[in-house]
Amino acid sequence: MAENAPEASAETHPADAFLAGSLRHAPGPYFGAYGGRWMPESLIAALDELDETFEKAKQDPDFLAQIADLNRNYSGRPSLLTEAKRFSQHAGGVRVFLKREDLNHTGSHKINNVLGQALLAKRMGKTRIIAETGAGQHGVASATAAAFLGLECVVYMGAEDCRRQALNVARMQLLGATVVPVTNGSQTLKDAINDALRDWVANVSTTHYLLGTAAGAHPFPAMVRFFHEVIGEEAREQVLEQTGRLPDAVCACVGGGSNAIGIFHGFLDDPSVRLYGFEAGGEGVETAHHAATITLGRPGVLHGARSYLMQDEDGQTIESHSISAGLDYPGVGPEHAYLHDIGRATYEPITDTEAMEAFSVLCRTEGIIPAIESSHALAGAIKVGRRLAAEGGDPADRIVIVNLSGRGDKDVQTAAEWFGMLDENGQVKGTTLSTRRPKGFVPGEGTGAVEELA
Amino acid sequence: MSATDQHAQQQGTQSGSAESTGRTTASKAAAAIDRARAEGRAALVGYLPAGFPTVQESIDAAIALARNGADVIEIGIPYSDPVMDGSVIQAATTEALANGFHVASVFDVVKAVTDATEAAVLVMTYWNPVMRLGVDEFARRLAEAGGAGLITPDLIPDEAAEWIQASDKYGLDRVFLVAPSSTAERMAMTVAATRGFTYAVSLMGVTGARASVDESARRVVAEARAAGAERVCVGLGVSNAEHVREIAAYADGVIVGTAIVSALRDGGPDAVGELAAELSRGLERGAGA
Repeated sequence: MAENAPEASAETHPADAFLAGSLRHAPGPYFGAYGGRWMPESLIAALDELDETFEKAKQDPDFLAQIADLNRNYSGRPSLLTEAKRFSQHAGGVRVFLKREDLNHTGSHKINNVLGQALLAKRMGKTRIIAETGAGQHGVASATAAAFLGLECVVYMGAEDCRRQALNVARMQLLGATVVPVTNGSQTLKDAINDALRDWVANVSTTHYLLGTAAGAHPFPAMVRFFHEVIGEEAREQVLEQTGRLPDAVCACVGGGSNAIGIFHGFLDDPSVRLYGFEAGGEGVETAHHAATITLGRPGVLHGARSYLMQDEDGQTIESHSISAGLDYPGVGPEHAYLHDIGRATYEPITDTEAMEAFSVLCRTEGIIPAIESSHALAGAIKVGRRLAAEGGDPADRIVIVNLSGRGDKDVQTAAEWFGMLDENGQVKGTTLSTRRPKGFVPGEGTGAVEELA
Repeated sequence: MSATDQHAQQQGTQSGSAESTGRTTASKAAAAIDRARAEGRAALVGYLPAGFPTVQESIDAAIALARNGADVIEIGIPYSDPVMDGSVIQAATTEALANGFHVASVFDVVKAVTDATEAAVLVMTYWNPVMRLGVDEFARRLAEAGGAGLITPDLIPDEAAEWIQASDKYGLDRVFLVAPSSTAERMAMTVAATRGFTYAVSLMGVTGARASVDESARRVVAEARAAGAERVCVGLGVSNAEHVREIAAYADGVIVGTAIVSALRDGGPDAVGELAAELSRGLERGAGA
C-alpha cells in the first residue's frame, strides 16, 4: 500500500499559474509545494523580524531611493547589455547578448543583494553580518558592503573552497572581514552555510545572516530575488531598446539560483521568452560527481527550505561536485523548483568540460574572461542558440540573452590548471625562465628591492 | 495543495485511524516523566546518537544510560547537516555515518532499548531523513519498534501538518522545541501542538557543554508553563550533576546530550552508566539546591 502521496506532486499546473495571473513578485513563504521555514524555533523570531523589516522597506520610498542610489553610484548600474557578435558564430548564428553583471563593483551580481540586506541589517540595529561563500564572490561582496556601511563581517568558507579561491580569501581580508575556513563535511558551500547558521543562532541579537543565494528559509528566497530583480528589469528594457523586441531565450547558471532568478524575473510574464537554468553537471550526470540538483535531485529540506535536493536513500545530503565553487551546492532555491515543476523554466546540466570550452570561446571571441559559474550559462547558450537555429528561419532573427553573472579573474588559477598552462611546480609555464639572479633568496620574505640595494 | 489532494489525505487518515489503536495510546514520554514526578523528582533525559561508534555499542550505551537513572532516552539519527549541533555531537554522528550507519538501523536501536529497559525511547532527528522515508512510513516503523515519538529540532509546528497527522494515527509523541526567542504567540502554538513534553532550549546556541546553565532557561520554562505546558524539560548546555540539580528545582526533566556522548567516546558504555548514575543524584527536588 502506498503510504504517502507521491513526493514532488506538482500541485500547481501551468494553466493554473497563468489563470491565477502573474508569476512575478511571488511573495513566499511558499512557491507551490516548495519554500517554507524548516528551521529551528530559536531562529524563527529573527526570521520574523527580518520579514517584517523587509516588507516595510520595500514599500518605503526612502529605502528604494537609497538602493537605487547605491546601485548607480556605488555598484555602477545599470550594467551593460553587450552584443557578442563573434561568440554568436559558435551559437548557431543567433544574436547573443551578454548581461554584464561582471562589470559591477566586486565583479559579480552578488553586490545587488548584499547592499540591500546590509541596509536591512542596519535598519534592524544589527552591528555584525555573517555570510557563507562558495566561490568567494558573495563573501567579497559581503565584506565590501560591511566595510562601506561600517558593519563587522565574518565569512564562513569551506576549506576546500579557500584553496580553490585563495585570491578571494585575501580580498575579503583586505576589506577587513574575518574568514573562517570550514573543515566539516565536504568543506564546501553547504558546510559553510551550516556553520553560519550555528553562528547565527548563538549571536542572533547582534547579527544578521546575510545569505547569498535565493534559497533558505522565508523570507530569504523572495527577498534575495527582490534585490536581484534589477538584473532582469534592466535586461528587458535594454534588449527592447537595442533590438526592438523580446529575446527568444534567457540563459543563466544555477547553483542556489540568485542570478538566474534575478534575470528570469524580468521575463516571467512574457510567455514567448524561454527561460533556461544551467546546473553544474560536473564530470557528467551519469557519474557521481556533479551538482545537477533539479536534473537528478528529489524534494527534501535543507537549510530551511523545501526544494530539490541531492540526497541518498536515507535523506543524507550527497556531496556535490563542480569545477565551479559557486555552483558546488546540493540544493537549489525553492522558486526554481516551482518554475521547473510548472514548466515555466527549463533546467539542464552543463559539464565541467562544456563550461570550460565556453569559457575559452568567450575569452577569445569577445575579450571577456567570464567566471566559471557564468561559463555554464554561456555553454548553455551555445546549445540553445544551435537549437533555435535548427528550428529554421534566419538565425540572425533569433535573440538569446546570457546572464554573465561574474568575471573570471578569480578563476585564472583554475583555468590555467585546466588548460595545461602550469608546469609541474604549479607555475605558469614560461614564467620561470629568467636568468637574472633571483632577487630574494627566501620566497615571500623581505623585498627584492632591499636585496638589490644591499 | 489542491482540494482534491487534501480530501484524499483526509480519507487516508480516517481509514488509518480506524485501524490503529493510536489515539487511545497514552504518551510514553509523559508517563515516564509522571513516574519521576510521583517519586518527587525531575526526570533525566539522556541523548545518544544511533550507530556511534557502532550500532551495537550505541544500544549497549543507551541501555546503560536507562539502567542508571535515565527515564527518557533520546536516540539521535546521524545526519549530514546537523545545524543545531556543536562539535562533539557533530564528530560522533559524522563517525557513525562514516562507519556506514543507515537510518533503518534506528528502529533496531529503539526496539533493543525499549525491550531491555523501562525507559521511554524517543528519536531525535532532523527532518529530511523522515521526509525521505515518508512521514507515515517512518511513524509506522517507529511505533512498531516500540518508540515513544520524535523530537524534531528543525521542524516547527507551522510545517508539521503531515507529522501531526501521522503521530496522531500511530499514537506517537511529538516533542517540539521552544526557545528564549519564542514569542508568547509561538510559545502557545508550539505547546498546543506538543505531545509528551515541551523541550525548552536553555540558551541561544547549539548543543555542547557549557560552564553554567543560562539564566534564560528558568524564564523559558515559566513561559512554557504559562502557555499551558504540563511537562517541560530543559536541554542544551547541561553537562554535570550541579546543572542537573539547578534545573531539577524548576523543570520537569533535565536533558543531557554532549556530556553523555563525550563519556561514551572516552570510556564506552560503562562510562555512560557511571555518568548517568552521577547525574541522576541531582534529580531530587531540594537535593542540596
